[in-house]
Amino acid sequence: MTALFAAGTFTLPNAVVAILWIGVVAYAVFGGADFGSGFWDFLAGTPEKGAAARKRIDASIGPVWEANHVWLIFVLVYLWTAFPTAFAALVTATFVPLIGAAVGIILRGAAFALRKSSGSLRQARFFGITFALSSVVTPFFFGAIAGAVASGRVPLDGQTDAWSVWLTPTSMLGGVLAVGVCAWLAGVFLAADAHRDGQPELAKSFTTRALVTGVVVGAISLVGIVILETDAPTLADGLERSGAPFVIVSGLGGLAAMWFLRQGEPGRARVPAAIAVVAIVVGWGAGQYPWILVDTIEIDEAAGARSTLWGLIIAFVFAGTVAVPPLIWMLRLSGVGSLSVGEARPDSSYAKLKALAPDDT
Amino acid sequence: MSSLALVSSLSLDISVSLPDSTPVFANENLIYARWLMAFSLGFHIVLSCFGVAFPALIYLAHRRGLKHDDHDALMLARRWAKAAAVLFAIGAVSGTLLSFEMGLLWPGLMGTFGDVIGLAFALEGIFFFLEAIFLGVYLYGWRGLPAKLHLLTLVPIAVSGVFGTFFILTVNAWMNSPAGFDIEHFQQTGEVIDIDPWAAMFNQSTLPQFLHMLPATYLVTGFLVASVYAVGILRGRDDRLHRLGLTIGFAVAAVAAPIQIVTGDLAARNVAENQPIKFAAMELIEETTTGVPFTIGGLIIDGEKVGAIEIPNGTSLLQDFDPNSTMEGLDSVPEELQPPVNVVRIAFQLMIVIGMGLLTLVVWGAFVRWRKGDLPLSNKWFLRALVVAGPASVLAMEAGWTTTEVGRQPWIARDVMLVADAVTTREGIAGLLIGLIVLYSGLASASIIVLKAMSARWRRGEDPPAPYGPMPLEIDEPEADPEPDLVDA
Repeated sequence: MTALFAAGTFTLPNAVVAILWIGVVAYAVFGGADFGSGFWDFLAGTPEKGAAARKRIDASIGPVWEANHVWLIFVLVYLWTAFPTAFAALVTATFVPLIGAAVGIILRGAAFALRKSSGSLRQARFFGITFALSSVVTPFFFGAIAGAVASGRVPLDGQTDAWSVWLTPTSMLGGVLAVGVCAWLAGVFLAADAHRDGQPELAKSFTTRALVTGVVVGAISLVGIVILETDAPTLADGLERSGAPFVIVSGLGGLAAMWFLRQGEPGRARVPAAIAVVAIVVGWGAGQYPWILVDTIEIDEAAGARSTLWGLIIAFVFAGTVAVPPLIWMLRLSGVGSLSVGEARPDSSYAKLKALAPDDT
Repeated sequence: MSSLALVSSLSLDISVSLPDSTPVFANENLIYARWLMAFSLGFHIVLSCFGVAFPALIYLAHRRGLKHDDHDALMLARRWAKAAAVLFAIGAVSGTLLSFEMGLLWPGLMGTFGDVIGLAFALEGIFFFLEAIFLGVYLYGWRGLPAKLHLLTLVPIAVSGVFGTFFILTVNAWMNSPAGFDIEHFQQTGEVIDIDPWAAMFNQSTLPQFLHMLPATYLVTGFLVASVYAVGILRGRDDRLHRLGLTIGFAVAAVAAPIQIVTGDLAARNVAENQPIKFAAMELIEETTTGVPFTIGGLIIDGEKVGAIEIPNGTSLLQDFDPNSTMEGLDSVPEELQPPVNVVRIAFQLMIVIGMGLLTLVVWGAFVRWRKGDLPLSNKWFLRALVVAGPASVLAMEAGWTTTEVGRQPWIARDVMLVADAVTTREGIAGLLIGLIVLYSGLASASIIVLKAMSARWRRGEDPPAPYGPMPLEIDEPEADPEPDLVDA
């Protein structure tokens, strides 16, 4: 926010970009944990060995995974509605990784849904592998797309080579970092969930995984600084100025989360881990402000009609008013991914179904 | 010369002068991109129908269960909710893909008109979100909510579906009747000014299209559900649960069918008034004529109308209540601005024929129920007709969409932007098309396999989990299964 205000004018397009960025942040945190769960699902081992971990993953992301599509659709729709020309340029330039991400999302979403309802172990295994693989591939492509924008490689007409625009150091950094951050975040959340539900073995194993991933992600981030300096100078410059506070907060959040993990208190690592991810995504935004496509077009220049921008703000307020309360209700009702289902209320539909059942068995 | 033709030729000039950068393969790209979009939408819309209309069926079953202490009805509600969750999940991913495709395939449309039509997508997204949330509430609410409140959580799911349908249809309606910006200015300069996103939403085609599509979702869902239970009964699982499931599906379709015929008439009148070239293709009006005959059957081959039965002045009389009214023919625009007339004609007639067939089936069922107090569920031919009615209603809906979409060609936004100017310049769309067909065939078969596996587990007395729902822990009461299942054996 400091960056936005530093520019002097909190313009209408800036307000819409801020809303858009809320969507990006939400997708990074919730979608990130979601994708990362698939990463751990993949590495959970044989059906027998990995059963507990997979069940844990299923219970943890079950209530929220659908909401994660909504963040993505939200970001896409706000981008094309508020900044149509920049959107058209972006999708044309990053055509290939976008296709990759789209295919990943279809396979992932469908496989997750179908695995839970599948009739045999063979079916469940097939869907499980599909789910896990696509969970790794999808954030990689999103990271690569972010890298193309951040390194100023998207021209306004979108006419670039389909491959060289994203097969670049910054895009590879973005892709690997995205996968790593997702895995780390999911490791923390899953360790916390397992700890809360009294599964010490599982909590310990996810804690170890999160610790190792955390070290790897930290190391990649340090290397990343060097890569950005040479390959994405505009963003690197921005990160050193208006983005700097966020980068520092992100680092501190990451370290705090790691410390709690080491202490065997994964529940406390949850919030600092989320802060670390939120801060780095906000930092990226602040770092590339006021560009919407770095070195190509600025936010104010790319903005669409004012009446439409107002419409988007109204829609956002409306969504917050009508959707957030039921969302909280749903999450509470679901026990926020708790493994234990609990007894049915005596006046529930389920109790009635049981009571009415023919007792000939 | 009509004003429409003038406008059309103006925009043609613009479109010809614009795309210097368009490579030679654009035309081939265009065909594959259209097929890709058609295939993705055609797939998604079937799932959307369930998303919109299934909650109403579940509500009917659930309410009956609570009101009449009806175990079978409650059981149906519980099972349907789980099937709905699977279908909803697949619909969510195929819908997410569509939002990708809007940009990937049609950057010319989204880049130019994103801020004219985008707001409707945002509002549709909100209602989709609400639908997903309340579906979650309902699935978790089986144990955690008092039964009456639990039943009521189905209402916001159904209402969100209605609003979602409305907002997404406004975008398609806008493509048929562009509004909400200075059209003339755009046609002269290629610049979009005076944007009013609300006027774009409430354009001339919005209301008739919405009124015709909403009942379609209930018709398709009702008949597909009835169809599934009709198969079960024909295979010997003739118990009360199957009969009740069939009856609820049939009842919903029976209410929707007559409404669908009336709103279809409204929609056709609206097309005749606002989209005369599309109407000319639907009714095989080759030349602008006075006293247009009503044409049954027929195609245009080598510029000649073949195999048609004509009732003189019929269409003029039906549309304008004046046997000698004048209607625009296809020839009022240059050939390159005419839609492929036979595709539109066949699709339109197919929709009408199936629609009338479905209405006949509804009348049959309703008549027997009125005379004898129950549907003719022991009549094998009635059951067989219902088995066909499910897929047939899907076919009718797809044919309806083919009519309106192909009938608008070659425009992506009528008289404003050609599809050729909206399509991406990226190569390899043919490969994507093949990939998507493979992917969606796999997805469709996987969904059916899983739904069948769920149904087999229900018959064994198990309680399979659903994608949004809680983990199942205990086993539901087994139910009578008179004959071994032929499908899953």
